[in-house]
Amino acid sequence: MLIAKGMPMSAVVFAAPGNRRRVPATTVVLHTLLIVGGLAMVFPFIWMILTSLKTLPQLLSEPLSLLPDPLTGENYPEALSAMPFGRAYLNSVYIAGLIIAGTLVTASMAGYAFARIPFRGSKALFIGFLATQMIPKQVTLVPFYLLMSRLGWVDSHLALIVPAMLANPFAVFLMRQFVLSLPKELDEAATCDGAGPVRTFFAVVLPNLRPGLSALAIIVALDTWNNFLFPLVLLNSTELFTVPLLLAGFEGQHGGVNYGLVMAASAVSTVPVLILFVIAQKRILNSMATSGLGGR
Amino acid sequence: MTASIPAPTARPAAPRELRGEPTWRRRRRRWGLAFVGPQVLGMTIFVALPFAGSMLLAFADWNGLTELSWVGFDNFRDQLTSPKFGRSILNTLLIALITVPIGLGLAVTIAVALEKLKVRTLYLLLFFAPVVTSQVAVATIWQQLFRADGIVSGWIARVLPIDPPNWLGDPRLALIAVCIVTVWASLGLNVVIFLAGLQNVPPTVVEAARIDGAGPLALFWRIRLPLLSPIMFFSSVIAFISSLQTFDLVFILTDGGPQDATRTIVLHIYDVGFGRFQFGLASAASIILLGITLVITAAQFGVQKYFVHYEED
Repeated sequence: MLIAKGMPMSAVVFAAPGNRRRVPATTVVLHTLLIVGGLAMVFPFIWMILTSLKTLPQLLSEPLSLLPDPLTGENYPEALSAMPFGRAYLNSVYIAGLIIAGTLVTASMAGYAFARIPFRGSKALFIGFLATQMIPKQVTLVPFYLLMSRLGWVDSHLALIVPAMLANPFAVFLMRQFVLSLPKELDEAATCDGAGPVRTFFAVVLPNLRPGLSALAIIVALDTWNNFLFPLVLLNSTELFTVPLLLAGFEGQHGGVNYGLVMAASAVSTVPVLILFVIAQKRILNSMATSGLGGR
Repeated sequence: MTASIPAPTARPAAPRELRGEPTWRRRRRRWGLAFVGPQVLGMTIFVALPFAGSMLLAFADWNGLTELSWVGFDNFRDQLTSPKFGRSILNTLLIALITVPIGLGLAVTIAVALEKLKVRTLYLLLFFAPVVTSQVAVATIWQQLFRADGIVSGWIARVLPIDPPNWLGDPRLALIAVCIVTVWASLGLNVVIFLAGLQNVPPTVVEAARIDGAGPLALFWRIRLPLLSPIMFFSSVIAFISSLQTFDLVFILTDGGPQDATRTIVLHIYDVGFGRFQFGLASAASIILLGITLVITAAQFGVQKYFVHYEED
C-alpha cells in the first residue's frame, strides 16, 4: 500500500512529482473562467443599480454608456412614492412568517406520525401524499380560485396563507425523512419513561429536528416570497400586494421610456433579499444542497 | 395549533383484531391520525377538491355567471385543435428541451470546476444570487437589458455587422431570450446541488482510479459523472417539470408575444381562465398539462436505466 494510514489523501496527490507545478496553473485557468462566468451572473444586478442611478436624458443618449454620469438618486424617492413598497414588504414578510410557522408545525407533526406512529391506513395515506406532489399547482388554479371565492377569501391574504400552511406534501415528505434519520431509541426512551406521543414529539423529537426545520423554513421562505401566479390571481387591492406583485404592477405602469425608474423599483425589491442571502448564505446554500430539489 | 387535535376521551370497544393490544399503543395510533390530521385536511380541501373540480370543469361550459352546462369532450377537442394552445405546447416543450440540457451541462461544468478550488464561497454567492431573486424581478431587469435600444443590443450591433437585434419584439428571437433568462435564473440551484453531490464522491474511489492511471478527463467521465448521475437524473426531472410550468418570466418579459411566439401552457391557462373566464376550456388545458407532465416524467424514468448509475450496496 502506497498510502500510509492516517495520511491525508491530498498529501499523497501533492507529493507526486510534476503534480505540484500543474495544480496552480489549472487553478489560475479555473479562476479566470469562473470570474468571467460569475461576472456574467451578477452583471444584470450591477446594471440594474447603475441604471437606477441615471437620469432620463442619459437613457436616451447614443451610444449608451454603462456608468451613470452624473449620478442621480432621484429615481428612488420617485419609485417609492409611486407605489407602496413598504407596505408590500410588510405583507410579504408577515405572509411568509405565518406560512413558515404553520408549515413547520403541521409538516413536522405529520412527518413524525408517518415515520414513527403506524396507524391504520398510514402507508396508503403517505403514498397519496407522494402522488399529489406530481400534480402541478397550476393544474388546479381555476377551481382553487373558485373555491377561494366561495370561501370569501379572494382579495384576502387568507387565500395565500391557510392553504399554503395546511397543504404542503413536499414539506411532509422532507420532515418524514428527517425524522427517519433520528435514532429510534430517542423517542422509544421517552415513551418508556411514560411520555405520551404529544410530549415525546414536542419535548424530544422537535428539538432534535432543528436542522431539518431550518432547511424547510428556508425552502418555504424562498418559495413563498417569490410566489407570483397565485397572488396575481387572488389579490386585487394594491395595499394587499406582495413585493413581486407590486413590482409587476409598477413595471406595467412605468415600464416605457424611463426605465431608470423601473430599475430603482427592481433594486428596492431585490437588494434587501440579496443582503439577507449574503448574511445567511451558509445556511441557505446548505439547505438547498441537501433538500433544495423538491422546493421548486 | 393543537385545537384541531381531538382529545381522546371515551374509547370505543376495540375491534376484534386489536384485542390484547396494550392500551398505550392503541392510544398512540389514534394520536398518529391526529398528527397527520391538519395536513390531511388541508390536502383534501385545497388540493384534492380543486383537482376533482378541474376534472369536472374540463367537461363543462361555464364562465362563473351563466348556467353551467355539460359538454362532454368538446373542451378537449376545442383546445387540442386551437392554434394558440398548440403554439403554447410547442413553445413550452422548446423551452424545456433547450434549457434543461444546457442548464444542467453548464451546472455540472461549473460544479466540477468549483470542486477543485479551495476558495469558492464568492463564486457560489454570484451563481446563486438569481435563485433567491423573484422571477418577476429577474424578468423586469432582463426586459430592460433586452430593449431594442438597450445595452445588449447596442454591444451586439457594435461587434457584429447587423442592426441592433430587437430581442423581445422579434418572434424568432423572443423564445431564445426567454431561454437565456431561464438558464441564468436557475443555474445556481443546480450548481449547488451538483457540488454537494461531487463532494460526496468518496475520495478513496477517486484515488484508486488515479493510482490506476486515470487522467483528469477519465476521472470525470468514468468516475465523477457516473457517481453524480442519480442526482443529475433527479435534477433533470425537476427541471423539466418546472420548465413545463413557465409563467412568471414570460408574463413579464413578453406576455406571450410577439404573435404568441413565447406563449406557454400556463400563460394560456391564465389567459383563457382569467382573461376570458372560460373556466371549462382552461380546466381542459390544465388536464392536458398534467398529462404532458406525467408522460414526460414517465419517459424520463423509462430511459434512466441506460444513463443513470446506481451503486449496489
